[in-house]
Amino acid sequence: MKKTLLATACLTFGAYSQLALADLPVAIAGPMTGQYASAGDQIRRGAEMAIADINARGGVLGEKLTLEVGDDACDPKQAVSVANTMVNKGIVFMHGHWCSSSTIPASEVYHEADIPMATVSTNPQVTERGLKNIFRIMGRDDQQGMVAGNYIATKFKGKKVAVVDDKSAYGKGLADEMANAMQTKGMKPVLRESITAGEKDYSGLVTKLKQAGVEVMAYGGYHTEVALILRQAQQAGLQLTVMGGDTMTNSELVTAAGPAADNVLFTFSPDPRKNPAAAPVVEKFRAAKIEPEGYVLYAYAAMQLFEQAANNAKSVKYADLEKALRTGTFDTVIGKLSFDAKGDQKAPGFVVYRWQGGKYDYAQ
Amino acid sequence: MAYALQQLINGLTLGAMYGLIAIGYTMVYGIIGMINFAHGDIFMVSAFIAVTAFTLLAAAEVTSIPLALTFVLIVAIFFTSAYGWAVERTAYRPLRGSTRLAPLISAIGMSIFLQNAVQLTQGARVKPIPPVIEGGLQLWSTPEFTVQIGWNQLLIIVTTVVLMIAFTWMITQTPFGRQQRACEQDRTMAALLGVNVDRTISLTFMLGAALAAVAGVMVTVYYGVVDFFIGFLAGIKAFTAAVLGGIGSLPGAMLGGLLIGLIESFWSAYLWTEYKDVATFGILCLVLMLRPTGLLGRPEVEKV
Repeated sequence: MKKTLLATACLTFGAYSQLALADLPVAIAGPMTGQYASAGDQIRRGAEMAIADINARGGVLGEKLTLEVGDDACDPKQAVSVANTMVNKGIVFMHGHWCSSSTIPASEVYHEADIPMATVSTNPQVTERGLKNIFRIMGRDDQQGMVAGNYIATKFKGKKVAVVDDKSAYGKGLADEMANAMQTKGMKPVLRESITAGEKDYSGLVTKLKQAGVEVMAYGGYHTEVALILRQAQQAGLQLTVMGGDTMTNSELVTAAGPAADNVLFTFSPDPRKNPAAAPVVEKFRAAKIEPEGYVLYAYAAMQLFEQAANNAKSVKYADLEKALRTGTFDTVIGKLSFDAKGDQKAPGFVVYRWQGGKYDYAQ
Repeated sequence: MAYALQQLINGLTLGAMYGLIAIGYTMVYGIIGMINFAHGDIFMVSAFIAVTAFTLLAAAEVTSIPLALTFVLIVAIFFTSAYGWAVERTAYRPLRGSTRLAPLISAIGMSIFLQNAVQLTQGARVKPIPPVIEGGLQLWSTPEFTVQIGWNQLLIIVTTVVLMIAFTWMITQTPFGRQQRACEQDRTMAALLGVNVDRTISLTFMLGAALAAVAGVMVTVYYGVVDFFIGFLAGIKAFTAAVLGGIGSLPGAMLGGLLIGLIESFWSAYLWTEYKDVATFGILCLVLMLRPTGLLGRPEVEKV
């Protein structure tokens, strides 16, 4: 009896793995654990919903998509090992990673294995290295740094501004761009500082800002640290306005900083939730109790990008996909996407947002 | 001047917290000669217990802050020392007779286990609590700068001082302290003379965890935000403090903690914030080169 059971189990398993082989594996990678895990969460939710929708439409080229999830915890070393695992799993498309410091080394691995990838990493180096497999569905730090820097220089003219970063590829790059933009507009930051991400105590920095009479902090880095800095600034009796980048879209900032988050401004691509074409998808996310904030719709769009490119190319082979991605224009929930020779999105555009009462909207 | 005073207050607060955690490292090293790398995560577990307790109190509409704080401290100390005890039983005691390396690896494993357990059960997101204690005392006001000590900073410093006095008394005056010191000197001999060595070691772990529990509650009150990752950095810093002060020495751990807190604070006040950790570890290297046993450490030969 036991033997038959075992045999049946083996057979069923065999049948399943046969089925699995016929599927098309696509992947996402990012910080599923670690302190930035909430961003990974957004990416996974977006991708899962997109794949469910694509499969409901009959899949891609008659095959169902399966999702592989890679966790790099925003650690460059782990990112490379995730990349190798994904290559071994035979994925045909990658959306990731999230941190620029992970995307840059991991993309070399995907490049060698001929796997096309879409990413939301914003560091210029992501597409500046001449890798043909990368397509960025977000703007670049030199663009968002300029928008943020100009905004500070015009709106906070005459105030004391500090530029702070967290030493990461993303944070430092962004902070440098903001400082440059401010300087071209004739505003000189009174302080230029770096902090260690992952710490809890920023009282030293806050006291330094207070001593220098800083009112506005231009920050390159992630939301977790900003929340702590704001909270500690409030305790020290320092009113601080923060200008950050796309990572500030995370509602965790509000949970952690409380009302102090109302002083946070940040740059992000125009809100895809306001895109009328995205309305049914947004509706669907909200019905599933997921607010499609931050990177959720970007992950959804990345999967749509793959679907449309594969359909256009009628193939999932690298050469065909790459050509389709480079030449085509794609209709996604974040708007129309098309790419230049480097793989940057042709019409990125950044807008300044402001957190207010736990929601973010365009800043006035 | 006002600025320096403010940074001194910041540094003392930070140092007190490092010191509280560092004592756990030092005591465990003193008695069984191993580094308990899971200690930082015990501290993290305590912070999570504190968040849960504060949330429960808020739901029960308890508004008295001293009452709430006492309740949270008791709950956190109770559960965290239970964790300390369980960690010793499962990860270290079975390996006590083996090579020095085995319990060390087991400790790292335990640390990873605790981090993942908390992440899986509590989620990877940060857990905030609303400010418990707000405001502070304005110490000195110059036209350009106001020095203030937050009530929560004062609470941390005072609690640490009180705990240190109580702790020194316990180690030097009570029967448990005597047994503990006897086990540090020579475990076999202590056992022959009727000291229950296993029990003493268990209690040492529990005491270390209890101090980490207090630090966990303080961190929750002070920063208001915890996540499953806070144990790592705090653990490394506290471990450094223990080594700097002389691992195995209780006053050394406290001194090391304060020194690291002050170095961090003053370095970031007057020099480049980004090299703060470089400075801390650079000074550690220097001290170890000149005094391999740390500032207040005793050389091992004394045990003979």
